[in-house]
Amino acid sequence: MDLNILWYLVPSVVMFAAGVYGFVTRKNMIAMLVSLELILNSADLNFVIFNRFLFPDSMEGMVFSLFAIAIAAAETAVAIAIIINIYRAIGSTDIVETNKMKH
Amino acid sequence: MGVTLPILILALPFFMFLLLGIGGVKMSRKVAGILGILGMGTTMTLAYIVAFTYFFSGDPAFILDGVRQQFQVFDVTWLAFTEKLVVKIGFLLDPICAMMLVVITTISFMVHLYSWGYMEGERGFQRYYAFLSLFTFSMLGLVVATNIFQMYIFWELVGVSSFLLIGFFYRLPSAVSASKKAFIVTRFADLGFLLGILTLTYFTDTFNFVDMTSNPMNVLAETGGATFMGASVLTWAMVLIFTGGMGKSAMLPLHIWLPDAMEGPTPVSALIHAATMVVAGVYLVARMFPVYCVVDASMTFVTVVGAITAFYAAVVACTQIDIKRVLAFSTISQIAFMMVSLGVASTGGVGDGHHYTGLGYMAGMFHLFTHAMFKALLFLGAGALIHAVHSNDYTKMGGLRKYMPITHWTFLIGCLAIAGIPPFSGFFSKDEMLAAMFNNNWIWGAWMTMVAGLTAFYMFRLYYLIFWWEENPDYAHHKPHDAPWQMSVPLIFLAAVSCVAGFIPFGELVTWNGAPYHIHLEAPVACTSIIVALAAIALATKMYMKKNDLPTKFKNALPGLWTAAHRRFYWDEIYLFITHKIIFGCISKPIAWFDRHVIDATMDGFAKVTQKVSFAIRGMQSGNVQAYVLWYFFGALALAFITWICLL
Amino acid sequence: MFGNILIWFVIIPVLMMAGLGLCRNSSMAAIRTVMVVGSTILLALAIWLCVDFLALRAAGNDAEMLFTGSWMWYAPLNIHLAVGVDGISVLMLMLSAIIVFAGTFASWKINPLPKNFFLWFALLSTGVFGFFISIDMFTMFMFYEVALIPMYLLIGVWGTGRKEYSAMKLTLMLMGGSAFLMLGLLGIYWHSAPEGGELTWNILEIAKNNAVDPSWQNLLFCFTFVGFGVLGAMFPFHTWSPDGHACAPTAVSMLHAGVLMKLGGYGCFRIAIYLLPAAANELAWIFIILTGISVVYGAFSACVQTDLKYINAYSSVSHCGMVLFALLMLNTTAMTGAILQMLSHGLMTALFFALIGMIYGRTHTRDIRQMGGLMQIMPYLGVCYMIAGFASLGLPGLSGFVAEMTIFFGAWEDSDLFHRVFVIAATCSIVITAVYILRVVGKLLLGKVQDEHHWQLTDATWFERLSTVTLIACIAGIGFFPNWINETIQHSFLPIVQAIQNAI
Repeated sequence: MDLNILWYLVPSVVMFAAGVYGFVTRKNMIAMLVSLELILNSADLNFVIFNRFLFPDSMEGMVFSLFAIAIAAAETAVAIAIIINIYRAIGSTDIVETNKMKH
Repeated sequence: MGVTLPILILALPFFMFLLLGIGGVKMSRKVAGILGILGMGTTMTLAYIVAFTYFFSGDPAFILDGVRQQFQVFDVTWLAFTEKLVVKIGFLLDPICAMMLVVITTISFMVHLYSWGYMEGERGFQRYYAFLSLFTFSMLGLVVATNIFQMYIFWELVGVSSFLLIGFFYRLPSAVSASKKAFIVTRFADLGFLLGILTLTYFTDTFNFVDMTSNPMNVLAETGGATFMGASVLTWAMVLIFTGGMGKSAMLPLHIWLPDAMEGPTPVSALIHAATMVVAGVYLVARMFPVYCVVDASMTFVTVVGAITAFYAAVVACTQIDIKRVLAFSTISQIAFMMVSLGVASTGGVGDGHHYTGLGYMAGMFHLFTHAMFKALLFLGAGALIHAVHSNDYTKMGGLRKYMPITHWTFLIGCLAIAGIPPFSGFFSKDEMLAAMFNNNWIWGAWMTMVAGLTAFYMFRLYYLIFWWEENPDYAHHKPHDAPWQMSVPLIFLAAVSCVAGFIPFGELVTWNGAPYHIHLEAPVACTSIIVALAAIALATKMYMKKNDLPTKFKNALPGLWTAAHRRFYWDEIYLFITHKIIFGCISKPIAWFDRHVIDATMDGFAKVTQKVSFAIRGMQSGNVQAYVLWYFFGALALAFITWICLL
Repeated sequence: MFGNILIWFVIIPVLMMAGLGLCRNSSMAAIRTVMVVGSTILLALAIWLCVDFLALRAAGNDAEMLFTGSWMWYAPLNIHLAVGVDGISVLMLMLSAIIVFAGTFASWKINPLPKNFFLWFALLSTGVFGFFISIDMFTMFMFYEVALIPMYLLIGVWGTGRKEYSAMKLTLMLMGGSAFLMLGLLGIYWHSAPEGGELTWNILEIAKNNAVDPSWQNLLFCFTFVGFGVLGAMFPFHTWSPDGHACAPTAVSMLHAGVLMKLGGYGCFRIAIYLLPAAANELAWIFIILTGISVVYGAFSACVQTDLKYINAYSSVSHCGMVLFALLMLNTTAMTGAILQMLSHGLMTALFFALIGMIYGRTHTRDIRQMGGLMQIMPYLGVCYMIAGFASLGLPGLSGFVAEMTIFFGAWEDSDLFHRVFVIAATCSIVITAVYILRVVGKLLLGKVQDEHHWQLTDATWFERLSTVTLIACIAGIGFFPNWINETIQHSFLPIVQAIQNAI
């Protein structure tokens, strides 16, 4: 069985779609964050896949996915910090409740 | 003749208007009154000098080979519409102009003097004199006009002076509405006048009277036989111009303003609404006479309008209660008389014989002159009566001959003059007019003789009801007496003029082409009219000299007719219906509604739709990240799909 | 650049704004001094320009525009600050200066925020003056916009009644007109060099080359004529006028009806007709119908209004309609009449609005049903109102008569039935005008005093008298001696009429 590019891309698309679905439908901010991570990881995966299959001689895709993983980690930390603060303020992590900040 | 005097004649009243109008507030009444009278007196003297120089100096500029000439003293450019159509302001001296100068300044001076007594104690005395000066200025400007546009300019100005003077007692709603009515009705007529001028001058390329009247066939030729709706364009033009005259001279159906105009002070009625402004229409026709003569249809129109109006006004005058209204209708009737007289005249057949076709012109002008004098006299007399009994209704009068002898005798002279009893002036002029009508067509003659009989009847009805009939019991509390000298002097003067004016050899002075005409009485016409007048007076004497129930019987015999005549055959109601119901109700209100609810609403609608759409798409900018992502996601999908389709 | 007298018409209002900026908010005396000095200088400058212009013309200088100057402003688009005046512009500058002068005195006691009011007022005058001196379409348009924007604030802040609504409506409708106008101007610009070469915004050059392609003219004519026509209150784009005027403060109404609406008429002949003569000949009939409707429609609408300002606003629709109507007759006499009507209407409407402001300031109502007999209480204002009314209904000796008669005689030159019918309809407006003017005069000034409280009111103060006397003197001046103005205007129309003739 020949492992062509599709075998790698299809899981990536599934992961991306699951991430988008989760991001749009979940009300809980943590869950949204998790979905966001899924999207990011699917993008990272694509970097790696395309690098490996289309430009096997270079390493830029690999390097960028490492960058992306590092930044995503930092971003997650910030996001978690914000969510915790919101939780402290309003006692919930529900995205619908956060429009109270307007008032 | 230099230009100084003519300019002064115009400038002095205008200066007096400015002086009294602007400085009047700071002046005492006495100063304002004396200034006004002096100013007018000076103007009168100057006008007399000019008129007498014109008539009697024998200067070849004025009279050449026995024919009086038209002389333009000056003519300066005022406004150049195009190279040819240039409006000028000038001074045209000719027989009718010189005569009008005399009439206007004389009556105006008498009225100035009379008003000093009559208006004493009224608020706005200074303003009153200012307006009188403005009127005199405008009227003088009108009669000396060298061109039809100058006439139109001053035509409007006399209209506004009349408006101001009718509304002089502006605290009274009736005076305000009367002045409004007068202005709007005459304005409507002036619209016709303006359209007439536009049409006429489109072809003639000149406003100048002398150019037009010296060669009327040329005017006809220039229109090139163009027709509109079956009548020649020139006929339309002349009829439209005459519409202006119908407005100012209160011809049917534009007469409705004049009776109401009696809301103004009585001396004003004497000056404007009896002697001078209201004859402007007659003057206009006389001015354009040669041009009218080349279009028979327009002359017939003048005659018919005049004949109908004369009869209508005479009938209505028999049933009015307000003495000033009787006089007003009598004025309408007499002016219509002049119109008919002009209408039956023509320029052909120059000569001294029985069929002198220009006779109607001469007679009409003659009557204009005599009528101005005796009608002013009657109005001033009425003013004295009103001054004495504080009412306009003859029902509050009666038996006044003992209390007010001067007024009585002068009023009687006025009545005799208007009734056409020799040797008073009205007889002579009316006789010439009737002769001219009989010359043209016996129908006009007979018709107008009947009107003359009615005139004698209603004037003596008025005379008897005021001075005889039965004394009003109120005299016991408030004894009426003759007016002060300022008011009596004009009465006596005008009465004297009315006695002798008939003997003026008018035909030697004023004819349509300046060639003299020797007046001679035509015995059959004269006898008929005297007999008719005497019969009418006798009837009036029988009915009204002593209190009796004959008038009531007559009234009850023909109740419908009497009421209709008393209500002036419902013309006012018709106009009210047209203005209020149709113009305001059916045009203005719907237009205003349309403007607010259709046009404006459409404009607001655009704004509202924009706003609605904004609100509708506002929901997309919710701040909800998840919604954004969804939009973004489907957008990206759509783009991808489109790209894919395109790539295929 | 500063040697050109015309530039000073823009510089002085800017200096006035600077001067006002230096004043303290509370210091009414200083604010008034700046305004009075500035507006007097402007008036003097306008008179000086007028005399100078007439002297040059008398000396035989027949150039189309005098005092011309041109300075590059934005080279890539060839935009210049190009100035120059002919007789008409000189008279318009004169009119604007008179009204700014009178408007200053009419808003002597403006409240609140006098400083800011006069700042915007000065900006408005900058725009107006700039518009009349420009011969570059772009700068003309720019000044036009400069004149429109302050209007929003002036009405929105200092107005009365439904001021926000009216200010918004006025601004939006005029801006809508500007949008059309901009399209038209851009179109003319893109077609200004038919044989290649540099595109230009300069009106004189475009007219000289008769540049615009006839196939494009019709479209561009519609854009420019409608664009300017909105400001000239052309039916059916006039509805900003009644609401806008009714809510505007006195001086703004004066300047707006007196001058700003004239920008519309001025633009119509200076750009739409002059630069697009073939289309003017071809499409005039459409706009004759619209403006003919304006004339009669405005007059009839005025008959039933009860608010003094609404009456005047509708009468402005009628009179300004007459201006555009006369311009579309495309002959010298009628177009001259149009300019006379612009002058006359400017002066007399300014007088009207000034008087209405003064009356409103006393009685606190503009409803004619609640007033009456004011002539007894304030005779000076009453007499002025009557004079304004007489000027409006065309009494000889005042400016309205001269203008209307010139228009009618000019319009009568076209002898086909279409023109005749519309001219007769337009002449009918003189009767309707008399009806609504006398109705107001009768209700407002004459008759009995309606409200007993009105007896305590006072007559005009000295600054009010100054404001009204200036305007009345001008109205009577034109009415008595119209011919020099008439000749000046006729001469200025020669090139325009020539262009129209060539395009037939």
